[in-house]
Amino acid sequence: MITFKNVSKRYPDGYTALNNIDLAVEPGEMVFLTGHSGAGKSTLLKLIAAIERPTSGVIAISGQNIAQLKLAAIPYLRRKIGFIFQDHKLLFDRNVFENVLLPLQISNFDINTAASRVRAALDKVGLLKKEKVLPITLSGGERQRLCIARAIVHRPTILIADEPTGNLDVDYARDIMAMFRSFNQVGVTVFIATHDASLLEDTQHRILSLKQGKLAA
Amino acid sequence: MIRAWLTQHGFVFFHTLKRLASSPVTALLSITVMGIALSLPTGIYVLMENLQSISGQTASSPQISLFLKQDAKKEDIDKVQQRLKEVTQIVNYQFIPKDVALTQLQQSSGTTDMVANLARNPLPDAFIVYTREHISVSLEQLRLAMQSWPEVAHVQFDSAWIDRLNALLKLGRSVVLMLATLLSIAIIAIMFNTIRLQILTKRDEIEISKLIGATDSFIRRPFLYFGAIQGLSGGITAWLIIMLGIDTLNRKLRPLTQLYDFNINLQYLSLQDSISLLLFSAWLGWLGARISVASHLWQIEPK
Repeated sequence: MITFKNVSKRYPDGYTALNNIDLAVEPGEMVFLTGHSGAGKSTLLKLIAAIERPTSGVIAISGQNIAQLKLAAIPYLRRKIGFIFQDHKLLFDRNVFENVLLPLQISNFDINTAASRVRAALDKVGLLKKEKVLPITLSGGERQRLCIARAIVHRPTILIADEPTGNLDVDYARDIMAMFRSFNQVGVTVFIATHDASLLEDTQHRILSLKQGKLAA
Repeated sequence: MIRAWLTQHGFVFFHTLKRLASSPVTALLSITVMGIALSLPTGIYVLMENLQSISGQTASSPQISLFLKQDAKKEDIDKVQQRLKEVTQIVNYQFIPKDVALTQLQQSSGTTDMVANLARNPLPDAFIVYTREHISVSLEQLRLAMQSWPEVAHVQFDSAWIDRLNALLKLGRSVVLMLATLLSIAIIAIMFNTIRLQILTKRDEIEISKLIGATDSFIRRPFLYFGAIQGLSGGITAWLIIMLGIDTLNRKLRPLTQLYDFNINLQYLSLQDSISLLLFSAWLGWLGARISVASHLWQIEPK
């Protein structure tokens, strides 16, 4: 599903964020990526959605080399992926419903199908009663769930989450992890970056560990 | 797929209207500025079209006034009439005896007293001659030929003023063209700046849309709609300004035309010209927005 071969990312100022990364995530797998802040977790996730481009190496998503992807093809790659951003990236001048609607508008869904899908997604994350509410009035946990609803509403095959439990209480964090597991159970490939060790204590899923831009064994 | 595309465009359209309505003062101000800018060249164009049609009416049935000598007798009149019949370029003619001319003068200019005091009728017998000639050179030849008739005192055909008017109209047309070009550029510049500011305030929305897979055309669309709708509104404003302007002028012209017994009624913008104005203004707004979006959007790349 996701394959990295000798992938490196160096910034113009000479800083090496990722150094010769090799990894493979199988379809339907759920994988954790850990490491200290600044280890390159976010960079690695952004490479998958072509938000950042690699300096060298090959990145394949469902067999397509995205290191060579043309600019015009990037939007269509991103539509296959649900991305939960570390800084949420919600639109604060639109209500909960409209925030979740955005990916469907972008993919030209007709409004009736779109509305029922938005409600289904909101129901899954438990925000159905708050569809008219502006994100500013939501709690931290609710905002995170809103981000998840927006990431899954277009039914992507890959779900990527960057520090999804960042500033949340342990209970909230557990809820959210349970959601990811349920998406994974219906076949979605899930790739989660976190520095929260407590999340990983009793997991049976594979854990990749990044240290200073390199994958540790 | 087509239905989805239509709902998509409908959504953007209404969203744009909502956006315009959310800052009505700003929207009204720029629409007014665009309306005034557009109404200037269009207004001059309308006035010139009117002048053109007036001069066209005159030129399409050239009239020559033939004044006979004061002492012309009945047989002189008959002779002239006979000659007029022989000239092939003449379509029709009308004889106006001097008594009739005097009565007309009395009635039309309210100089009854003065005319009544005259010892004798100072007016000559006259013919009004209609020809099928349009070219001023041939008209001039005709005038000279009739002038040489012994019974004729004076032949009046003022073709020079039509030539001058046409030359002026030609000049006016290039003024309109220059004005229209300059003001169109101004409108594009206004729209460029409006959209630039909007892009700045919508930075987050653009960035997030790009992050979740929006194509460039999806991101451009609301801005292009905004430009076109605002341009169209500017066009409608210009149209209203011109219609009101012509209406006012017509009302002021009415007493004047009664005084001179010459019926001028300014024509409004034709349907075709109105549609052209509206389409052109919408296109100008769209173009300004398109250039602005092209030069600002690439700067917003998600990181």
